[in-house]
Amino acid sequence: MFVDARASLHAPKQEIALLANAVNLLVPISTDDGEFHGPSILEFFPGPLLFEGTDFEVNRIILVRWVAVLALLLVFWLGTRRMRVVPGRFQSLVEMGLDLVRVNIADDLLGKKDGKRFLPILTTIFFLVLFMNITGVIPGLNIAGTSVIGVPLVLAIVAYITFIYAGIKKSPKNFFKNSLFPSGVPWPVYIIVTPIEFISTFIIRPITLTLRLMMNMIVGHLLLVLFFAATQFFVFNLGGWYTLLGAGTLAFGLAFTLFEILVAVLQAYVFALLTAVYIQLAVAEEH
Amino acid sequence: MLHAVLRAATEGGEATPNPVLPESYDLIWSTVCFVIILIFFWRYVLPRMQTLLDERAEAIEGNIAKADEAQRKAEAALEEYTAQLADARAEAGRIREAAREDGKKIVAEAKDQATTEAARVTASAQAQIEAERQSALVSLRSEVGTIAIDLASGVIGESLSDDAKAKAVVDRFLADLEASEQAAAGGKK
Repeated sequence: MFVDARASLHAPKQEIALLANAVNLLVPISTDDGEFHGPSILEFFPGPLLFEGTDFEVNRIILVRWVAVLALLLVFWLGTRRMRVVPGRFQSLVEMGLDLVRVNIADDLLGKKDGKRFLPILTTIFFLVLFMNITGVIPGLNIAGTSVIGVPLVLAIVAYITFIYAGIKKSPKNFFKNSLFPSGVPWPVYIIVTPIEFISTFIIRPITLTLRLMMNMIVGHLLLVLFFAATQFFVFNLGGWYTLLGAGTLAFGLAFTLFEILVAVLQAYVFALLTAVYIQLAVAEEH
Repeated sequence: MLHAVLRAATEGGEATPNPVLPESYDLIWSTVCFVIILIFFWRYVLPRMQTLLDERAEAIEGNIAKADEAQRKAEAALEEYTAQLADARAEAGRIREAAREDGKKIVAEAKDQATTEAARVTASAQAQIEAERQSALVSLRSEVGTIAIDLASGVIGESLSDDAKAKAVVDRFLADLEASEQAAAGGKK
């Protein structure tokens, strides 16, 4: 493989050793003194807790999602229960969050009229993703509700149905013409362009929406587990001088926790923004 | 080496689930979460937010209207005050003018009265003088006549008791006297 080739070209032994170390961290292996529990994909498939074997099986991830949903309901119920014209601190925060979607996503991309039409969908997508992402760094929950494919996929399907509905409702002719036969292209080129446009609009869009969110959350979780598991291993299983390495991995773990908060907000914003962009492209008169 | 490690890792565990393939319960619970939150935002949060925004816009517009109203009132009051001030100035000017006119009129009247009075005094004085002159003339004439007749009677030794004659003589004498006086006056001139 390419990496192997590069490794053998330059400093073969060192690089192979580094790679081996990296792989060793990613997969559970035995060490001489004590076990190192690296992160594994199995963490996203915990054992069932309720209704095992039915279509309503509940595991740890589903519970985490419930917590996120309850937190969301609580925050927005408290924040909008008694709204004042002159807002208090908490109401200001809630309003700021709602305004982020209303002004910066819906109104900016779709205009006042369409922005208002699709605001419930966009607001739901943004806050559902945000609250389920943020559980990845909440102590005790420690896993994002969006790191298992269900939520990203359902939201991507919602976005998909919404933009197709918006386009067809506005003008089916315009929608399909703009999506499949972009203007300003000589007709023979359509033989190539139309299939590409079809694949990118109707197939790639929901897949990228789903995978971008899910993979971000999976990788974030694996990184955090890797840093904190390494800290545990260095400090408690190896000890001695390795404690210094443990301090390093702990510092990285903390830094990446902050980074994960940023990613959580960013991914929620990106998901809602892309949904709005797709709706906007679908209702546009002409590209 | 890499492949070997990875193979060993995957073979060691049970069948690793593929994270890209969704389980049915995963999809069902995800949908439930989504629907709950969608209904919550759609039916509860966003309408309340909209109401609030409307109220806020109304409040701001109301305050602006109120401020406009106050501004308008202040301007009206200022205008009224200015108008009153101008009125008062005009009134004062008018009063001053009227006073001046009155003064002039009073002075003129006083002057007229004084002139009339003076004229009257002069006239009455002249009339009196004239009357006195006339009476003096009359008494003088009668006295002069009597004296002259007495004198003439003595001279001519004859009584000029006949009144008609005597009167004619006196008149002729006086006429001569007047003529000589007039001649003297004319000569003097």
